[in-house]
Amino acid sequence: MRYSRQPAGDLTSRPVAAQRSIHVKLPPFQLLLDSHSGELFRFLVASVGPVDAEDAFQETFLSALRAYPKLRDASNLRAWLFQIAHRKAIDVHRARARNPVPVETLPEQATSPRTESEPALWRAVRRLPDKQRSAVFLRFAADLDYAQIGAALECSEPAARQNVRAGLATIRKGWAHG
Amino acid sequence: MDERVSRLVRRAEEEGLVDVAYAETDTPVGRLLVAATPRGLVRVCFPRESYDDVLGDLADRLSPRVLEVPGRLDEVRRELDEYFNGRRQRFELPLDWSLTTSDFRRRVLERTVRIPYGETISYRDAAAAAGNDRAVRAAGTALGANPIPIVVPCHRVLRTGGALGGYGGGLDTKRYLLQLEAGG
Repeated sequence: MRYSRQPAGDLTSRPVAAQRSIHVKLPPFQLLLDSHSGELFRFLVASVGPVDAEDAFQETFLSALRAYPKLRDASNLRAWLFQIAHRKAIDVHRARARNPVPVETLPEQATSPRTESEPALWRAVRRLPDKQRSAVFLRFAADLDYAQIGAALECSEPAARQNVRAGLATIRKGWAHG
Repeated sequence: MDERVSRLVRRAEEEGLVDVAYAETDTPVGRLLVAATPRGLVRVCFPRESYDDVLGDLADRLSPRVLEVPGRLDEVRRELDEYFNGRRQRFELPLDWSLTTSDFRRRVLERTVRIPYGETISYRDAAAAAGNDRAVRAAGTALGANPIPIVVPCHRVLRTGGALGGYGGGLDTKRYLLQLEAGG
């Protein structure tokens, strides 16, 4: 009679779980904005620089707001927001690759003092491939743990760790070679 | 709110992405939370209720796109100010009854809206107007669950004989509102 040893809780919890998948209880969006706008903005500043971060921030939250009522899983809203921000950052990088700004016409950083004060290291991180770049910034600019980075980048926790490690290794190499 | 977030909220408004807007407003009976949908005022709540719980309930029952948009509540706040200053006897705000799903409760509250300023009716009158004069207790429950107090003036419903009965905002608030409407 092995099967009778199945805990009764399993049977009774099933209908509740089924119910939850129909009606997901989502917190008021204002709560997400209050809790996460600061760290999302920091992540975006690191990822795309202070100027483009403003638009990317708006686009991240507007996209989130559009999708929010249809969201089926409320278990990791923070990672979900970072996932959207990560995609917006990729959009910015792709747009730049299509329309590169000629370096010699750049003003001498006078219009953007915040860029100047930015660690040069961040600019090096920005040249990394998309996933490594986001992984490094999610870890060090937004202070996410590897499980959350995995959730945000839609990969496993070990893969998230590996992306951070590979990104840092590349930078270290570039750094050493000047 | 910082400028970045204000800009976001403005854009969300323009794109019609705010399903429930809320704001807080100071009154002589405390700081009230007021919330509106595009259809109208949907919730007024007293400080004795937890705002987090109330906003969570709105997210759950109406839409999770709940954002603080004070501008959307300007008219509500203006009419409440005028009411508390004794310069307004009737609210002219569109109401959203979405939170009152029972027909009986809805009829009780709609009867309550028509009680003139400064006058009162009994719980029994309210029950009768809703079609069942024996459902006095149910009428009391309907009034106790009024999602839009002050504007839907459930403070104007008293026990037969004039005792105050109950009030979601506390009996001091009920007494205050009745005295305000009595002219001091």
